[in-house]
Amino acid sequence: MSQPQAAVGASVARVDARLRVTGKAKYAGDNNPDGVVHAVIVDSRIGLGHITGVDAVAALAQPGVLTVISHLNAPKLPPVQSNGYPPGTPLRAFQDDKVRFFGQPVAVVVATTLEVAQHAASLVQVSYDAERPSTDLSAAPPADNPETYARGDADRALGSADVKLDLTFQMARQHHNAMEPAGIVARWDGDKLTIWEKSQAVQYSGFSMAAEFGIPPENVHVISPVIGGAFGNAFRTWVHSVIAAIAARQVERPVKLVLTRKQLYFGIGYRPAYSYGLRMGSDRRGHLTAAVHDVNSETSAYETHLEDTLVPGRMLYSTPNVKQTHRSVPLDVNTPTWMRGPGYSTGAYPLESAMDELAHELGIDPIELRLRNEPADDQSNGLPFSTRRLRECYTTGAREFGWKRRNLRPGSTRDGDWYVGMGMAAGVYDTQRAASQASVRLNVDGTALVQSGTSDMGPGTATSMTQVAADALGLTMRRVIFRLGDSTMPPAAGHFGSQTMASVGSAVQDGCDKLRKEAIALAVKDEDSALHGADPAHVEVRGGRLYVTGDPARGETYQRLLSRNKRAYLEVLGSWAPPEGAARYSLYAYAATFAEVAVHARLGLVRVRRMLGVYDAGRIISPALADSQALGAMIGGLGAALLEHTVTDHRDGRIVNANLADYLVPSHADIPDIRAVYLADGEDLVADPIGVKGLAEIVCIGVTPAISNAVFNATGRRIRQLPITPELLL
Amino acid sequence: MYPFTLTKPTGTTEALQAGGRGGRYIAGGTTLVDLMRETVERPGVLVDITALPLRDTALTKGGALRIGALVRMTEAAAHPLVRDLYPVISQALELSASAQLRNMATIGGNIMQRTRCTYFRDVTADCNKREPGSGCAALNGFNRGHAILGTSDQCVATHPSDLAVALAALEASVHLTAPDGSRRTIPFTDFLLQPGSTPDREQALQPGELITAVEIPAMPRPLKSGYLKVRDRQSYEFALTSAAVALHIRSGVIREAKVAAGGVGTVPWKLPAVEQALIGERPSDRLWSKAADHAADGAHPLTHNGFKVELLKRTVEQQLRTVGGTS
Repeated sequence: MSQPQAAVGASVARVDARLRVTGKAKYAGDNNPDGVVHAVIVDSRIGLGHITGVDAVAALAQPGVLTVISHLNAPKLPPVQSNGYPPGTPLRAFQDDKVRFFGQPVAVVVATTLEVAQHAASLVQVSYDAERPSTDLSAAPPADNPETYARGDADRALGSADVKLDLTFQMARQHHNAMEPAGIVARWDGDKLTIWEKSQAVQYSGFSMAAEFGIPPENVHVISPVIGGAFGNAFRTWVHSVIAAIAARQVERPVKLVLTRKQLYFGIGYRPAYSYGLRMGSDRRGHLTAAVHDVNSETSAYETHLEDTLVPGRMLYSTPNVKQTHRSVPLDVNTPTWMRGPGYSTGAYPLESAMDELAHELGIDPIELRLRNEPADDQSNGLPFSTRRLRECYTTGAREFGWKRRNLRPGSTRDGDWYVGMGMAAGVYDTQRAASQASVRLNVDGTALVQSGTSDMGPGTATSMTQVAADALGLTMRRVIFRLGDSTMPPAAGHFGSQTMASVGSAVQDGCDKLRKEAIALAVKDEDSALHGADPAHVEVRGGRLYVTGDPARGETYQRLLSRNKRAYLEVLGSWAPPEGAARYSLYAYAATFAEVAVHARLGLVRVRRMLGVYDAGRIISPALADSQALGAMIGGLGAALLEHTVTDHRDGRIVNANLADYLVPSHADIPDIRAVYLADGEDLVADPIGVKGLAEIVCIGVTPAISNAVFNATGRRIRQLPITPELLL
Repeated sequence: MYPFTLTKPTGTTEALQAGGRGGRYIAGGTTLVDLMRETVERPGVLVDITALPLRDTALTKGGALRIGALVRMTEAAAHPLVRDLYPVISQALELSASAQLRNMATIGGNIMQRTRCTYFRDVTADCNKREPGSGCAALNGFNRGHAILGTSDQCVATHPSDLAVALAALEASVHLTAPDGSRRTIPFTDFLLQPGSTPDREQALQPGELITAVEIPAMPRPLKSGYLKVRDRQSYEFALTSAAVALHIRSGVIREAKVAAGGVGTVPWKLPAVEQALIGERPSDRLWSKAADHAADGAHPLTHNGFKVELLKRTVEQQLRTVGGTS
């Protein structure tokens, strides 16, 4: 019997809202175990070379300094293997004298106060034998073994195409710039390690940390109940976390280490810079015949970070002939990492820009061109789509945004000193899922505790899981507590790849369904229960009361049932895993993003006036949280389109705008009227039992091309690089 | 941050003595504390002057407007005299920083602001301003935000203040008191120094000298004025280019023109050639364009800031049109 739906689909306040806005939420750096001391990292001031000396005399002379650790006195750590991602040789903490990138940690100072540690760190004199680093994507050779894909004969088809485009796009490096800096508090008890760490994947973090020190994974306890934004940068165990644990072992006290804003620019990854060549051919009616993608992206010299950038180009549009090459370019930089919508958001920009250019070339409306190239199935593997409602995204978006008011002729709409234009773009992101478990305990007092070893990097996982659990258990949300962010909890998907709702949500659903059925089974067999002898299939639960469907007077509460049966609680373990074996469906979420921009005719300034996102993202569990995701993603996309750009000084590899005054993200004044629409009845039960397709990434994919296409429509100027800054439009 | 001691004198004499002994004056602290955290600034003694009686904004007998050094940016921007008489000052202030910073920062501190040059603020980079003789990393580094006017082979750092651009345009002056109690007043355009061969010297201040007020001279009325700030981000960013314009137009003829530019100079850049081209003329789109053509006279663009030459002309033209209107 299905349960009445009260919480799922309702716009509810976050369960941790009060905690967060009153400052009571305990982030990693807010933990102060007894005896905690402070560590501050000394960063390399060269971009490549060797350390020739470390003079810590002045630092050690500061009252309160406990130790200074560098490669000269650090403990030798056991070798570690890359666990698959990313391939290469991971950066280790103080294991050699080699400097691989500007800002690499070369020493750490531990002191009794943060202020003393900071000052002492500035007194550590490190001498170097410096070489000139290679940090320029456009000037360095790519590595061997590119990722390639081909179907048909793209070169030949391109040669005979009626219309041809040959375009090159440049995309700047971007940093996540989450509000909460990366931080950790590490404490050893014998050979057991407890870390309070900002982590999107507590169990993965535990495994990684155990490997670093050669101890069993069960000896590492990772605690990370709240996170202040991460966007992908808190997935890996970065070297600063290992440094904190080394320091804690050395001084035999808990050690707190929080990176400075500047250190975040070389300490925890970033979205790599890209150069993307795209040649595209079509017939006169706009049917794509061929596409050739030549992609270069930066990675470090010690690890290869390669993203799924090519996927949109092989499945978003019907294209019989496709050839793709993605090369990584190793540079003397720290390793990039996942950042919201990895690969797909980057790949959508050139693809969706090219579609706009083709539409203009052919004099076809950009939406009409996309409709003409809508595929019947996934041409990259021949699989049917589980659900694909991109056409509805287009038509809904066009209607809601007033697309028909768009002037087909670029540069022809003026509002005072400003040119005005509209643009749109499609987006796609794969529906990822991973095996997950959740424990569910129903207490005799009628409350429930649900726990799962996943994380919440900020969007409100605990809230949406509470909604799922409340409905499945037949409880109000206030009676359900959902806990996450502890490696001792049941194993679950980490919080990344838009997989958490599908994976953990399905495990929560499973556990709560099982528990409800167990309670119902207990009742119908209990001679003292009003439900004795009832058909379990016809018993449902609402507000903590079990009753016969259609006969609400016949029933009793969980509390009565459990207390009469002398059960302090009922407990089950819920689980869900995606089906094994070959995929039978192509699973993706889809988006259409619309933007209206104004471009100052004299000054080249671009200001976004309106944005709309329309999403085919499956069932929406928590609409208010979904809006937070979608609006935030469109704001992030606005930043990527117009502002965000990590700048490296190629002379020595220094990042010159490693702060939030010089690395620009949108301010409130930049944020226009934004709206998100989710296609109704979107549930995708092929994807998972609760019908969701993942939301966090799809909402940010297609935002940059929607804006740059709008800039073209406003001005008639094609800018094929991000960000689009005023000097490009003068 | 290097260790320091903090004193908080209650009287001006006591403060001046502490300044005379080498103490650094601190008011809102929005620049100095920031730079201390980066260890760019390492003062041993800070003299907190916020208790001094320098918070008045008033007209002098001669009709000039005097703003006390400790008036907060927010207070100055909202002051009826400033708003009524010199909208260009209000606008420059309101387009600066963020509301939180404007609530802390003072007028005296604002004109003492140090450059946002990334190499100046990074103690691991070469910078003649921070460490004379070490070289200028910006000359051949990333210099999109750097100056095209008033530069030298020693320094190309841009002066960051918006208020300073308005003060330069209006030919303001700065009131100073020395540790021995002696007072002097110097033109604002002489107060800030171009880098030349001594980029570490940024103001014409003697050791221990204290800014007590800035004074904007009386201007003929009616006076139309305004400030335009061009930047990538709509709020909370330093200027790529900016223009402060004040025009006195009588009987359809421009009698007085005060124009200065920001974001482009090592100091706020007064534009006398633009002013000369305006005086005696009648407002017209052609005039704005013709006058603004002189805005970048003498510019020396670098690798990444060449666009500022054209952007500056357009910024000045845009703001002349906004303030002067079109015929």
